[in-house]
Amino acid sequence: MKLKTILTGAALAVGLAGAAFAGSHGKTKVGFVYVGPVGDGGWTFEHDQGRKAVEAAFGDKVETSYIENVPEGPDAERVMTQMALKGADLIFTTSFGYMDATINVAKKFPNVKFEHATGYKRADNVGTYSARFYEGRAVQGLIAGRMTKSNTIGYIASFPIPEVVRGINSAYLHAKKVNPDVDFKVVWVFTWFDPAKEADAAKVLIEQGADVILQHTDSTAPLAAAAEAGNVIGFGQASDMAEYADGPRVSSIIDNWAPYYVARTKAVMDGTWTSDDTWDGIGAGMVKIGKMTDKIPADVQAEALALEASIASGEYKPFTGPIKKQDGSDWLAEGETADDGTLAGMDFYVEGLTGDIPN
Amino acid sequence: MIRLEKRPSPSRFWTMLTPVLAVVLTMIAGGLMFAILGKPPVEAIRTIFWDPLFGEFAYYFAPQLLVKAGPLILIAIGLSLGFRAGIWNIGAEGQYIIGALVGGGVGLAVYPSDSPFLFPLMVIAGGLGGFAWAMIPALLRTAFRTNEILVSLLLVYVAENIMASMALGLMRNPDGAGFPGSRNFKDYPAAFNDELVTGVGMHWGVLAAFIAVIFAYILLQRHMLGFQIKLTGQSPRAAVFGGVRPARLVIFCLGISGMLAGLAGLFEVTGPSGQITTDFNQGYGFTAIIVAFLGRLHPVGILLAGLLMALTYIGGDAAQLNLGLPSSAIQAFQGMLLFFLLGVDILSNFRIRFRKREVV
Amino acid sequence: MDLSAINWLLLLASLMVASTPILLAALGELVVEKAGVLNLGVEGMMITGAICGFAIAVETQSPVMGFFAAALGGAVLSLIFGILTQVLLSNQVATGLALTLFGLGLSSLLGQGYIGIKPPLTAKLHIPYLSDIPYLGQILFRHDPLVYFSLILVLVVWLVLKFTRAGLVLRAVGENHDAAHALGFKVVRIRLAAIAFGGACAGLGGAYLSLIRVPQWTEGMTAGAGWIALAIVVFASWKPGRVILGAYLFGGVTVLQLNLQAAGLAIPVEYLSMSPYLITILVLVIMSADRSRAALNAPGCLGRSFHASS
Repeated sequence: MKLKTILTGAALAVGLAGAAFAGSHGKTKVGFVYVGPVGDGGWTFEHDQGRKAVEAAFGDKVETSYIENVPEGPDAERVMTQMALKGADLIFTTSFGYMDATINVAKKFPNVKFEHATGYKRADNVGTYSARFYEGRAVQGLIAGRMTKSNTIGYIASFPIPEVVRGINSAYLHAKKVNPDVDFKVVWVFTWFDPAKEADAAKVLIEQGADVILQHTDSTAPLAAAAEAGNVIGFGQASDMAEYADGPRVSSIIDNWAPYYVARTKAVMDGTWTSDDTWDGIGAGMVKIGKMTDKIPADVQAEALALEASIASGEYKPFTGPIKKQDGSDWLAEGETADDGTLAGMDFYVEGLTGDIPN
Repeated sequence: MIRLEKRPSPSRFWTMLTPVLAVVLTMIAGGLMFAILGKPPVEAIRTIFWDPLFGEFAYYFAPQLLVKAGPLILIAIGLSLGFRAGIWNIGAEGQYIIGALVGGGVGLAVYPSDSPFLFPLMVIAGGLGGFAWAMIPALLRTAFRTNEILVSLLLVYVAENIMASMALGLMRNPDGAGFPGSRNFKDYPAAFNDELVTGVGMHWGVLAAFIAVIFAYILLQRHMLGFQIKLTGQSPRAAVFGGVRPARLVIFCLGISGMLAGLAGLFEVTGPSGQITTDFNQGYGFTAIIVAFLGRLHPVGILLAGLLMALTYIGGDAAQLNLGLPSSAIQAFQGMLLFFLLGVDILSNFRIRFRKREVV
Repeated sequence: MDLSAINWLLLLASLMVASTPILLAALGELVVEKAGVLNLGVEGMMITGAICGFAIAVETQSPVMGFFAAALGGAVLSLIFGILTQVLLSNQVATGLALTLFGLGLSSLLGQGYIGIKPPLTAKLHIPYLSDIPYLGQILFRHDPLVYFSLILVLVVWLVLKFTRAGLVLRAVGENHDAAHALGFKVVRIRLAAIAFGGACAGLGGAYLSLIRVPQWTEGMTAGAGWIALAIVVFASWKPGRVILGAYLFGGVTVLQLNLQAAGLAIPVEYLSMSPYLITILVLVIMSADRSRAALNAPGCLGRSFHASS
């Protein structure tokens, strides 16, 4: 005990570097930093499902811990340091806003591995991972385009960032493909999670004629609003939201972090972990399409499943030309597919969408 | 029956002892709550109060205490002046945001620069930004008698929208691949609010907080303005007869609290936080109100209250990590601590007398 | 932009639903402030009401029981504030803020087992005949009972404050507690009762969110509604009737800005979403600038501690 204290005290001088050794014995320690409460039923909830999967997979060989509701900024940095000091071997930081904090802490603890979700900065001991949710949006768009009777689809968007814009474009392209008359109404709510505001937004879209609601916010409030309105359908977001399966929820996009978390933990255990950039989609199982309900006619289900399968096999890419940008300029030529760089920074609508992306 | 008798002046003895008593009471009540949640109470309490200061990794956490407490103290000092005079600035959060945006904006506008004058300029801009934002409720109150509690509070929401807009638009990092958020000030040395000595947590903002404590102490004890503030708080009518101009006092109190909140925002965003994002504010402006009252609106009290509050945050995170306590339990625990601190305060201002019920 | 896309009838109808939680909470706070007490813990009481109501409604499968539990939960929590500020004479602003912090934490703890559950539905009242009136019927008479309850409650509070002895006493206590005490009124007891009433109303407002408007339980789901309720009390210059105006105006602008966005209005979203706050400030300035109405009706002893030093 004494010796360890002296050792770690000395480590301060060399930038806290040695502290990680203090904990690396026996069990592999995995830490998770969450931006919301584990009870949000969406984003953080699914990350925590991933943590539980790690525990289930390795039992006594791992020890997981998490801190929830960590604001982005200095608190995040302190919390990560805290985990590293306590001997964590691997730390998952699960919000885009943790990016710089992750990099900073990683510099001080070269022996601890970090995995940062949805970011783009990497280091020798920092890997990044994200999911190609837009692949799921393509399937969703197809179902929406087929199912709408009013030809108006409402879309509740959170913040104007590439991730959200990608989702809107992908859903629109695939709705348009099966239903040329389709029209998207997008409402930006500037929040990831505010049930009351999401409910209001959904109601407004329904009042303005939308009979399909897509959402890129995390609560089930829009589904509840759809249930109340009657002939309106919606999709689960982040989680399956199966509790609405007998009502408006016809399918869902599920963030499935479990396989990735288990694989990376295994890599740390085996000593084979290296920093990399993972961007997986339906194929790798990181994005799952929730079970479709009987509200979707059999032929549409078959069509959606076929699309899902072709995306999973890599045979079809959701952004395949010809696609023009909103202003009419060419983006992708016939048969051309978008490169990951453009997708990662997408800040424009495709042709046909109305309105502006706020900035 | 028990009755209370007002002391002619607050008891020194009890003023010193009540915070300790409150902490002990919180430990008992909180320990009970942790036990109900199935966590070891003694260990939880030790993790929160003891470990950050004297535990194995205290060399890291003790400096972090300063980082966390710095902005709280700085804002609370400004607020306490107004609170003493009965001028209620509830919107320090908004002034914090605007200060950070204006000050940070100055730095970002001239990127890249290595001028040694840049950071001082940003500090001035940050203070002015907060000052200007606080002038809205101040001028509305003096010109139209509009309630400053409400206006300053509503302006927090307006500031939050401006912040989101800035992080997504004007101040977005051009090299950030389309993601929201400004450049990181850590990679911009001329504009970075670095630790003054590595590893001690002390940055310009913490230093500013200490200076503000001293400044406020002198102002209240030795200066005419401090006397006017106290007088207005006790009796606005008497103050007017005593030559206080209420409008000026409103502008001074709101202005100074806005300025300090703006400075806190600037130091935070260019230092520990490092970046203007869609939600870089962390509720410091609201927490500082609690800190101001916990410190009994006294500069030294605020200093201690800020440190105590910071301790519960840092220790609370440790309790989550080590014992798996949910963050909501920590929140409730902080609430309890505040309740007890506020509740036992009565002992310093009142004497408790036990006597038999009088026959009527 | 296509304004014809906005269904104004439905907008007015949904405005009433969107405003009800803040209306209830603001009304309760109005009574508290009329008694001379400033309780900034509305947000904490609302969220506690939201989870108490949700949990009991789920357990009993009865929304009515849920609402009772919500009122009770809000009232019990508010009494912590009451005892601290009235008996132990702590500062009201700080205690109120502490109450919000505590309420947010407590509600998350209580709600751990209730995530992802659907509450029992609250039936809508289709008021006979009235709901069939063209246009008006759709806007006004096809809501859930709580919408009407909140409006009736406003009327009751107005009547009680204005025409009854109880109301007179309450106002007297808020205006000048020393004088009221000298007249033999139990200042502390009256204030505790007002605080409990305020807590119950805030609890109901919270439960309206978790049981009807959203309806589900999620941590932090009130998302600032309690603060808006506080603003509306001042906005209404402490008059019950104007609380309706304030709440509906705020709710209306909130719903309208979403409508304008969906209709494709070319105003940046950030400005639209800050508009409810700006408009509230603007109206407030206009109202307070009018000197005849001024003095703003603020209760004389608002926020001041009372101790009977006999």
